[in-house]
Amino acid sequence: MAEYNFIDHKFDVVVVGAGGSGLRAALGCAQAGLKTACITKVFPTRSHTVAAQGGISASLGNMGQDDWRWHMYDTVKGSDWLGDQDAIEYLCRNAPAAVYELEHWGVPFSRTAEGKIYQRAFGGMTKNFGEAPIQRTCAAADRTGHAMLHTMYGQSLAHDTEFFIEYFALDLIMDEGVCRGVTAWKLDDGTLHRFQAQQVILATGGYGRAYFSATSAHTCTGDGGGMALRAGLPLQDMEFVQFHPTGIYGAGCLITEGARGEGGYLTNSEGERFMERYAPSVKDLAPRDMVSRAMTIEIREGRGVGPKKDHIFLHLDHLDPKMLAERLPGISESAKIFAGVDVTKEPIPVLPTVHYNMGGIPTNFFSEVVTREGDNPDKVVPGLMAVGEAACVSVHGANRLGSNSLIDLVVFGRSAALRCADTIKAGATQPELKASMTDGHLARFDKLRNANGGTSTAHLRLEMQQAMQEDAAVFRTTEALASGVKRLEAVHAKRPDLKVTDRGLIWNTDLLETLELDNLIGQATVTVVGAHNRTESRGAHAHEDFPDRNDQDWMKHTLTWFDDATGKVRIDDRPVHSYTMTNDIAYIPPKARVY
Amino acid sequence: MVQLALPKNSRVQKGRHHPAPAGAKNVKTFRIYRYDPEGNENPRWDTYDVDVDACGPMVLDVLIHIKNEVDPTLAFRRSCREGVCGSCAMNIGGRNTLACTHGHDETHGSACQISPLPHMPVVKDLIPDLTMFYAQYASVEPWLHTETPEPQKEWRQTPEDREKLDGLYECILCACCSTSCPSYWWNGDKYLGPAALLHAYRWLIDSRDEATGERLDDLEDPFKLYRCHTIMNCAQVCPKGLNPAKAIAEIKKMLVDRVV
Repeated sequence: MAEYNFIDHKFDVVVVGAGGSGLRAALGCAQAGLKTACITKVFPTRSHTVAAQGGISASLGNMGQDDWRWHMYDTVKGSDWLGDQDAIEYLCRNAPAAVYELEHWGVPFSRTAEGKIYQRAFGGMTKNFGEAPIQRTCAAADRTGHAMLHTMYGQSLAHDTEFFIEYFALDLIMDEGVCRGVTAWKLDDGTLHRFQAQQVILATGGYGRAYFSATSAHTCTGDGGGMALRAGLPLQDMEFVQFHPTGIYGAGCLITEGARGEGGYLTNSEGERFMERYAPSVKDLAPRDMVSRAMTIEIREGRGVGPKKDHIFLHLDHLDPKMLAERLPGISESAKIFAGVDVTKEPIPVLPTVHYNMGGIPTNFFSEVVTREGDNPDKVVPGLMAVGEAACVSVHGANRLGSNSLIDLVVFGRSAALRCADTIKAGATQPELKASMTDGHLARFDKLRNANGGTSTAHLRLEMQQAMQEDAAVFRTTEALASGVKRLEAVHAKRPDLKVTDRGLIWNTDLLETLELDNLIGQATVTVVGAHNRTESRGAHAHEDFPDRNDQDWMKHTLTWFDDATGKVRIDDRPVHSYTMTNDIAYIPPKARVY
Repeated sequence: MVQLALPKNSRVQKGRHHPAPAGAKNVKTFRIYRYDPEGNENPRWDTYDVDVDACGPMVLDVLIHIKNEVDPTLAFRRSCREGVCGSCAMNIGGRNTLACTHGHDETHGSACQISPLPHMPVVKDLIPDLTMFYAQYASVEPWLHTETPEPQKEWRQTPEDREKLDGLYECILCACCSTSCPSYWWNGDKYLGPAALLHAYRWLIDSRDEATGERLDDLEDPFKLYRCHTIMNCAQVCPKGLNPAKAIAEIKKMLVDRVV
């Protein structure tokens, strides 16, 4: 093996990832006087938060009465009761303050006539515990994520966060169950780095690129989840993958749910507004899992549009062009570029497209990573936190409501920073790192760098993506999932045959993509195995052989461990929290989920 | 002393040719700038004959096809593939733009030439070093400055005042504008360039910001602002359709207004 030397860094806190949750966590830690590093594989404003469109939910009540309890009820119901209600209470109570904080930092929110933050309707958001749709989603036109991310990056420039930009995190430095830091590869000069910290916060986003077609960016490879699996930690509820109803047909680019929030609707080949049949009360503003299933059924039953009858139309052409220009300019542009459609005149061809991972690294609402140890399902992993899409708190349960992800980022990014401020002493002595803690990191890096088999990274990635796309889709069957498990085993088995052509260390994107693929394979595997294991239907997991929700047997979180060497998955579970955080609201008991 | 030789790596050599696969019907040639910082060779132009029927419609699709099927060593930045992250800015057919929103059929002629954003140090292949660009952005202090105690809820802003931010806040920091500006090429170390100035103006006219005076003081400098000579390349290339030159003109007007 080639000789590698680490360049060492010591911080109080190291945040991995510079999207919305990573920036919020890093900012909070720096404000608390902790020496904070933020490591990111892309320049912060390139993180995928930038692509979030429709908005960020919070019960500000700017468009009429609202209450965080209503928001909580909607989130619990949206999650199909798999969400932990203590964490959901934490989210919804803290949401308004988090949005005002963003506004104070300068986010250019759209405004009401009175100058307040404009809020729009979004799927599953209702008033008075499910009565009728409500406008709760705070928006900056249809570029809310972009506006937030740029503002937060600007704000972090005003504080003392030290950024390490275009560093790719390799692995967690684990010391007998305690996380001591993270190793990283600096892309522009090829050096390797060891970041030691009292607390590592993973804010690495989702792994949408495990699928062939996703709204997710190319960089959404769930690197934190991959690192957690290799560190022997479990991931939670990975079978729950959200399909966004309106990805542009062919290109997969996102068209915000805000398009329907502003009055858009879906039609089938008969010109019928079919959502009226599936969700009579909220129609096109049903939660994403339901709309995606309805669209899939329409297509399956021969009512898809287009020459192959394989997609659906989203109409905005009946709306005021002035309103479209003001509230939905970004998607108007995307529709033009990627579908050649003028939204004021024609419908947009759309298809349910992989969009979000409800599952991730299990945490409590302090953002501390937890695992099951014997009878203790909430054992904290010292030194490690996770936030954002990388984490599973779990506020989204089996299905996330639109605009609940942006609020998740800032509320739990803040919660992680507050917990760090409470539990860490700035500049405290840290134990010495031993070479044995990182030998495995170097061996893996070197092995992949010199991989000289017969299968290119691109081809193995495609094989994995096609298996996921076909076998772990909107609707699942025992047969398809069993096939998916087999196909992912085959992908894992081909890993030793990988071929990396570029042998360099500077901006070797061939190696970078291979390391990312390695992170994806583990997560894709636990996704299909978890889905195969869950013999019920809940939220985004629609199992045709088990079409009903089964609270008796399945009101629990799936935990999956992945043995990197053998590719074998071990499954266990954690109970869903059947309690809230405070007495201000009682536990919302499960009932049928109809809209 | 006068430098008589060209700087290192200025001479770009003829590179390798990658023919199209047999049976390809719709072949287009892409001439791509290659530079390996770990070798001893000068940069080179590699040519790739690509069956564009096997790719998606955008230049980024072609680059990914080349990387996946022909030459995995080709290095370029990319992320969102929908024109909002700004990663894949490069010079395509002589014009700075985003590879992900630029159709490969939009370039005319028999070969489409692709090179990194001009006048920036090249790290590898199509990847420029944007350190200076980011530092200039940071230098305009791109965050809200307020002194008035924060309200419990939001700062109020009328829809009219909010509208003044349109055409500014949408910037994705791709650097297409700054690296297309001849004035920035000549004085890139002292002139802030169109992107940073667009952002400076975005905060100057935000009705919530209370540091207008200090911000203008900071820009009143022969180089930082006044090296804009209204060449307008910035507005012509901006892949988001923004007009940095207009923002710069507005800043100049603000500076005049406060003395008259």
